[in-house]
Amino acid sequence: MPLLTRVFIKTGMICLALALMLGILLAFGITNGFFPVYIHLLVFGWITQLIFGVIFWMFPKYSVEKPRRNETLGWWTYALLNSGLLMRAIAEPLQATHANTFSAWILVFSAVFQFLAGLLFVINSWERVKEK
Amino acid sequence: MPRLSVWFVRASFIYLVLGLFFGALILMEKGFALYALIWNLLPFHMEFLLIGWLIQLAMGVAFWIIPRFSRGASRGPENLVWFSFAFLNAGILLTSTQLWFPSMLIIGRIAEVIAWILYIIGSWKRIKPHGVE
Repeated sequence: MPLLTRVFIKTGMICLALALMLGILLAFGITNGFFPVYIHLLVFGWITQLIFGVIFWMFPKYSVEKPRRNETLGWWTYALLNSGLLMRAIAEPLQATHANTFSAWILVFSAVFQFLAGLLFVINSWERVKEK
Repeated sequence: MPRLSVWFVRASFIYLVLGLFFGALILMEKGFALYALIWNLLPFHMEFLLIGWLIQLAMGVAFWIIPRFSRGASRGPENLVWFSFAFLNAGILLTSTQLWFPSMLIIGRIAEVIAWILYIIGSWKRIKPHGVE
C-alpha cells in the first residue's frame, strides 16, 4: 500500500474518531455550530478521504512509468482536503457563535481548499478510470 | 474495468466536483452573508455528493469488483445495470430541479428507487461464495 494511501486512510480514521466524539457533544445538546462540522468530518474527512486513498492505490495504472499518474497532485489533494477541513472545524463554530471577519475569511479559504482538493483528485484520477 | 463502471465512476467524479463547488459557495456565504439565494444550492450539494458521488461510485466499483460468473455473461444481465445507471442519473438531475418544479422531487426519487431495484436485480446473484458457477 503506497505511503499516500496509508496517510489518507489513517487521517480518515482520526476524522471518524473526532466525528464520533463530536457526536457525544451533540447528544448532550452542545451544538454551537458543531453539527455541520460533525457531518463533514464523517462524509468528507472519513468516507471521501478513505475513498481517495483507496482509489489512489487500487484503480487501474495510468502507465508503466507512472502507475499512479502524478503523486505530487495526490499529496496536494491530501494537504488541501485536511487543511480545509481543519479550518472549517475551527471557524464554523466560531462564526456561528461569535461571527467576525477573521473566521469569515478562514471559511472562505476553507471552501476554496476543499473544492481544490476534489478538483485535483479528479484531475489526477480521471485517466485511470479506463476500460481494460 | 468494464465500460459501465467507467461511466458510473466518471459520472461520480463530475458530481463530486459540482457538489464541492456548490458546497464551497455555501460555506463562503456562511462567512460573508452576501447573497442569501446561495442557500438554494444546499439540495444540489447534498444530492450530488451523497447520491451522485458516494452511492454512484460504490455502484460502479461494485459492478467491476464483485464475483463474476464463469459461464454466460460474466457480469450477469448488464443491460439492466445500464438502465440502472440511466435511471439513477435521471433521478439525480430531476431531483435537482425541485426548486423550480417541486413535483420533480418525487419523480426524481422514484427514478432513483427504480435505479436501485434494477441494480439489485442485476447484481444479486453475483454476491456468491467462491467456486459457485
